[in-house]
Amino acid sequence: MSTGAGLKDRLHYNETFNCVQCGYCLPVCPTYETMESEVHSPRGRINLVKMLAEDKIKAEDLREPIEKCLGCRACETACPTSVQYGKILEGAKEVLEFAEQKSKAQKISESLIFDQMFPSKRWMNTIGNLSWFYQKSGLQKMAQRTGITHLAPLHMGKFESVLPDLPSPAERKKRVQVYKASGTRKITVGFITGCVMDAIFYETNRNTIDLLTKAGADVFIPVSQTCCGALHAHAGKIADAKDLAKRNIEAFEKEEADYIVNNAGGCGATLLEYGELFKGDSDWESRAQALSNKVRDISQVLSELDGLSFTKEVNGTITFQPSCHMINVQKVKDEPLSLLKQVTSKGYREMKDKERCCGSAGIYNIVNYEDSMEILDIKMKNVKDTNASIIVTSNPGCLLQMKLGIQREGLEKSVRAVHLVDLLVEAGAVSK
Amino acid sequence: MDLLMKEIRSMIPSEQILTSLADRYSYSYDASFGTYLPEVVIQVKNKEEISALLKLANTFNIPVYPRGQGTSLSGGPLPVKGGMVLDMSQWNGDLKIYPDDLVAVVSPGVLTSNINQDAEKFGLMYPPDPSSAHVSTIGGNLAENSGGPRGLKYGVTKDYVIGLEVVTPEGEIIKTGGKTIKNVTGYDLTKLIVGSEGTLGIITEATLKLVPKPPASRTMMAVFDDLVQSGTAISKILTSGILPAKMEIMDQSSIIAVENYQPLGLPIEAEAILLIELDGHPLAIEEEMKKIEEIFADFESVKVKIAENMDEAQSYWRARKLVSPAIVKIKPTKVSEDATVPRSKIPDMFQKLKEIREKYDVHLVVFGHAGDGNLHPNIICDKRDTEEMIRVEKAVEEIFKAAVELGGTLSGEHGIGTLKAPFMEMELGAAGLDMMKRIKQIWDPNNILNPGKIFPEEGQKLVLRE
Repeated sequence: MSTGAGLKDRLHYNETFNCVQCGYCLPVCPTYETMESEVHSPRGRINLVKMLAEDKIKAEDLREPIEKCLGCRACETACPTSVQYGKILEGAKEVLEFAEQKSKAQKISESLIFDQMFPSKRWMNTIGNLSWFYQKSGLQKMAQRTGITHLAPLHMGKFESVLPDLPSPAERKKRVQVYKASGTRKITVGFITGCVMDAIFYETNRNTIDLLTKAGADVFIPVSQTCCGALHAHAGKIADAKDLAKRNIEAFEKEEADYIVNNAGGCGATLLEYGELFKGDSDWESRAQALSNKVRDISQVLSELDGLSFTKEVNGTITFQPSCHMINVQKVKDEPLSLLKQVTSKGYREMKDKERCCGSAGIYNIVNYEDSMEILDIKMKNVKDTNASIIVTSNPGCLLQMKLGIQREGLEKSVRAVHLVDLLVEAGAVSK
Repeated sequence: MDLLMKEIRSMIPSEQILTSLADRYSYSYDASFGTYLPEVVIQVKNKEEISALLKLANTFNIPVYPRGQGTSLSGGPLPVKGGMVLDMSQWNGDLKIYPDDLVAVVSPGVLTSNINQDAEKFGLMYPPDPSSAHVSTIGGNLAENSGGPRGLKYGVTKDYVIGLEVVTPEGEIIKTGGKTIKNVTGYDLTKLIVGSEGTLGIITEATLKLVPKPPASRTMMAVFDDLVQSGTAISKILTSGILPAKMEIMDQSSIIAVENYQPLGLPIEAEAILLIELDGHPLAIEEEMKKIEEIFADFESVKVKIAENMDEAQSYWRARKLVSPAIVKIKPTKVSEDATVPRSKIPDMFQKLKEIREKYDVHLVVFGHAGDGNLHPNIICDKRDTEEMIRVEKAVEEIFKAAVELGGTLSGEHGIGTLKAPFMEMELGAAGLDMMKRIKQIWDPNNILNPGKIFPEEGQKLVLRE
């Protein structure tokens, strides 16, 4: 590979100079905590990116440190000099992706996942529908009983056992494009359904629409929207991520929305950074930025509208696991908690280091299963210390991971994990 | 090297030995300047390993560099001559508080802020509070004799160490001091080793003195339109019988930088802001606050605000904390110095710094611990700009000269390391420096432990370029 100015640019070499190597990122980095060496810290990774740009190391020397990064970006929140770690990480991933000699089979399977599945509503629906069939037909029970799930590649078996119940294909088809506010309309919002979210957590999406309309929002859901591109960008496939972003920008430009709402921390963060993704692109930067400016987490919009009251007591004590991208990128911190405090329950108990990554991190828990579980084990210890019986999350990945954590600890009988949106509905949300 | 590696592998578990290029580059830096590639990094976890490694290093004549979490600002842990880096940061399991003796016993990799946190559970406090306390290890703090804002009232790290366990450069394990507050047996090797920057031994356990935690604290902010007046005010407060826990200063450049970075409503026309924290009994604090207000009343045009509650106090300190991120928005490289002068000389030092800023046309910002004379002149620059960096090097040299001429010192809390070694003779004189060198020669005849630090090599100059 060439080592000229092109590589330095792609590695965001200039940004690495903003790191003054103070080390303030070390205590907040989950992989530094579990892997115990500087190469697995943000400061170490930034330095190695710089070393690659200066041709002092080879791309292969950088691969493991970068692939083991969760991308939780807690380091950005801790950084006293505002280093754009996310940008450096994605640049490094792009360069590594380019440098890798891939087998034909690998290329085909990646193309299937990234080019076919994630951007495609049809594929996502199919996955959702197949999963529904798998659950309802008894196949799931049989698979679990026979232990055949353990043979699935990449520990997929462990994940399939924590999937929620899914709606039938007929139900999926019922969704329309516009939902009117009940009562007075205060604002109009576009809803980004997300791909995994919509496939697996369809019910949560339905609840999101329900809460928004009850709180006084008209909700529109453009059919032409697609995957936000987070998984592509995190895998170093920047060009693909940009293609998807363009499709979303066009889809949401069609309607006048006050906000574009998401209920998945990771998607929200990616949408919020569309402006940055197209920086310097005269055709797209301002359009992308316009979308980014409107992006809000569901908890922000519900807090601002203040249009809900909660009529039923939730049976249990609550603890909250915010998603990293919601906290560290979207910087949404107080709103979910203030909503949770409006809900009647047996109390809220804050867990130690709640803002630390749970190890889910997109598809990290699938490709780096063992490392992810080490991080999850620390999280579960903190969960157990609270004695809470409900873990509330704000992202589909975290939700699945917490369910897996509950299962690993054998806590299925006493603890459950639930998306914030679903909890609010369970708490009997009605228009004020 | 092959034979040495074979020996190392026979005595240290393989997962503690790091040899890949990525690993070696990851322990090649700290928070100062320069990259030096070690041959091997070993994550040591007990004194026997360290003892064996040092004996081996003496046999093979290989330098050994102990390292905490690499937050040092003076180059203390840099492996300037290659060899072995001993990463002590993962040896962080032992932190025991003995409340009845008012001491803590800790392993070297424990984070400094954790000691204070655990002490607080017993109503006690570990006072040294370097700004990096939540990242830096106690071993590193001991080696560098770190300070912090509370240094004004409580002193620095060395004032809280009463006993050490140390592996000598030749691999022997010794104990110095003990667990008692009073101890006058023989030479005070404890104080000699603390602040010796890892050149005389590797600390494997420390016994630290704790003090009762003050029951209350309050913060005030004073705004000056004359820098020299702020210096006079500092002296007046300190001679009035009041000893604040912290007294921090921000100059106009710092104020403007912070306000540009994040508008907090700071007075950008002011020449200086003084932040004062008092701690102690609530009634005493109230009295002392009144007295300080009276002192300020003698100064024309000084505006004083007392924080009503903890939130307001925190918002004042936030301004001080934002100085670092704010100033690197101007340019990315930060040359952070800690030249310290007698307290009465603070106004003179400010004047000197103003002249240096103009003479070398550098972006110089001053903030720091005004109450103890420990200033942080920071030069904001870009290390890719060679011409600028040469000017910065000259400016830094002159800052040190000014401090020493005013009766001050090269370092109040960062240590000497590689960066200030060239100026040691200026402060200590030839004979003074020679006495220190002789101590090093006796302790470490083969010059194994952390060579290249504190003592300048023939003709060594300050270099801030890669």
